Amino acid sequence: MSETIAFKPESLAQVHKIIARYPEGRQKSALIPVLHLAQKEFDGWLAVPVMDYVAELLSITPIEVYEVATFYTMFNMKPVGKYVLEVCRTGPCMLKGSDNILDHIRKKLNIKDGGTSEDGLFTLKPAECLGACGYAPMMQLGKFFHENLTIEKVDEILDLCRQGAIALD
Amino acid sequence: MGKKLLLKNAHIEGIRYFETYRKHGGYEAAEKALKMKPEEILEEVKTSGLRGRGGAGFPTGMKWSFLAKPEGVPRHLVVNADESEPGTFKDRYLMEFLPHLLIEGMLISSYTLGSNTSYIYIRGEYSWIPDILEEAIEEAKAAGFLGKNILGTGYDLEIYVQRGGGAYICGEETALLESLEGRRGNPRLKPPFPAVKGLWERPTVVNNVESIAAVVPIIEIGGAEYAKIGVGRSTGTKLISACGNINKPGVYEIDMTITVEEFIYSDEYCGGIPNGKKLKACIPGGSSVPIVPANLLLKTINGEPRYMNYESLADGGFATGTMMGSGGFIVLDEDQCVVNHTMTLARFYNHESCGQCTPCREGTGWMYKILKKIEKGEGKMEDIDLLWDIQRKIEGNTICPLGDAAAWPVAAAIRHFRDEFEWHVNNPELSQTQNYGIANYADPIPAVSNS
Ligand SMILES: Cc1cc2nc3c(=O)[nH]c(=O)nc-3n(C[C@H](O)[C@H](O)[C@H](O)COP(=O)(O)O)c2cc1C
Ligand code: SF4
Ligand code: FES
Repeated sequence: MSETIAFKPESLAQVHKIIARYPEGRQKSALIPVLHLAQKEFDGWLAVPVMDYVAELLSITPIEVYEVATFYTMFNMKPVGKYVLEVCRTGPCMLKGSDNILDHIRKKLNIKDGGTSEDGLFTLKPAECLGACGYAPMMQLGKFFHENLTIEKVDEILDLCRQGAIALD
Repeated sequence: MGKKLLLKNAHIEGIRYFETYRKHGGYEAAEKALKMKPEEILEEVKTSGLRGRGGAGFPTGMKWSFLAKPEGVPRHLVVNADESEPGTFKDRYLMEFLPHLLIEGMLISSYTLGSNTSYIYIRGEYSWIPDILEEAIEEAKAAGFLGKNILGTGYDLEIYVQRGGGAYICGEETALLESLEGRRGNPRLKPPFPAVKGLWERPTVVNNVESIAAVVPIIEIGGAEYAKIGVGRSTGTKLISACGNINKPGVYEIDMTITVEEFIYSDEYCGGIPNGKKLKACIPGGSSVPIVPANLLLKTINGEPRYMNYESLADGGFATGTMMGSGGFIVLDEDQCVVNHTMTLARFYNHESCGQCTPCREGTGWMYKILKKIEKGEGKMEDIDLLWDIQRKIEGNTICPLGDAAAWPVAAAIRHFRDEFEWHVNNPELSQTQNYGIANYADPIPAVSNS
């Protein structure tokens, strides 16, 4: 199963570095960091063969990987667009207009919550408090936060995405 | 100007880097501490009266003194940087701008506790911050403040940063440990407490980022001096992350002797409410603590001014008071809808429940559904009582305090803003286009404003 799936050598080295942070026999502790690496390297989501590969790398059973991957919201269990727009909608962001931001994105990209746009570029993932409440409304895009959003700023970000001119990592 | 201990150098350009941090007195507390005996440092921390800054306010020195020390078993310090409580973003600020303050605090604390490998568990979404922390760790190592035989003392320390996967529950300390061990974030039954059986069944202390950072000034000025700052059992300084309808959202360090009114309205802090709007309500300590209307926020039920400290905020208990919590200060102006705000919090807790306990798993779902119904103008009067009933059945009946944390905001919203819930029920259409306005008891303006 895992013949075709393999980390790039740099990532594999990273995996070994992570495992070395823990005592002998506690390599399972590396699971969440390694899943982050895997999601990044294998198209932004965790397909079953990818999770099986991670299990093999860490010498744990596949089910141990599945139960963790499905528990944490950052792991995508189905394919996503190139740009995953994670827009916070919890209280403090709501007070500053996150509902309008979400509505605008839904309409503009013609997508539902959790859905991906027809061109496969964007996935909209409403999020719960991301720790940027003072800089609301906000969204996470890849590694970074985009804060103090306005409709205009969102449009700008979407344009930059389309041009492939936005930093994700 | 209030006394600043943690953020006193935050404005200095380049303070993120070792060289600048060191030039401004950085790592001098660590040098001092490494010449002391661990017991002496523990005494200083106890004397300081420092209370855990993660939300519960448990005395840090006392927590440290519970750490078991069985022969031959390694011990660990784990820093809780999961920071996911709505309204809270202070630890992020410390880590982004003053990473060395955290590393220095970890060095002193790890030495005191006898940990040779310490971890920072950071919420996964703060995905650019591990780079900052790891860079700081490398710098400290290169300067001899981490690694083997630190400053020739024979003491070794490695610090690692671990990202979570996006789950509020992993801020609860036993869920955090489960997650750090590579499992789902299901809180453990206590006892055993982490101090006896924590990470990999080894004795472990879990502390908040701000608590550990505060150890640096405690050693710098001494526990007794630290204890003189603040008032009563609210010693030292506290970081408050302020958000919502205020002119100057951000992270502020306060010395816990200022009034809530000063904090909201003075230019040194929140700078008042935008557009001359009136204050309606506030959740002063993160989403889990009770919301209070303006009048009870600014004054206690006895008409005394309310202060920004643990005791004063809690004055009156849950009937008329609230809590300091994590210091996530959320302000609602007169145009905000308490029903809608409470609904978003209920959705949050429902989303974040780990699902182990029936009252929490089911109760949070019910509360969210009912609140959504009321918010959309589809609620009935009985629904308000049902909500009250459900939150009471969750409180105290769960493995971890997330259940309580989900129940309290709903209880407080109904306790203080019942009128507004009833108005939604009685005005199903109007409530979709208009807000109830300011609560009666917050200000003597009419219950239904036409703004
Ligand atoms: C649901 C839940 C979430 C929590 N989230 C956090 C958190 O994000 N950060 C934190 O420091 N403590 C959090 N806590 C409190 C921790 O369990 C623990 O008390 C704290 O990390 C201890 O550190 P302190 O004594 O320095 O405050 C949370 C508790 C619960 C019940
Ligand atoms: S109270 Fe909720 S979050 Fe805590 S253990 Fe029970 S189900 Fe999980
Ligand atoms: S509520 Fe949106 S970042 Fe906290």
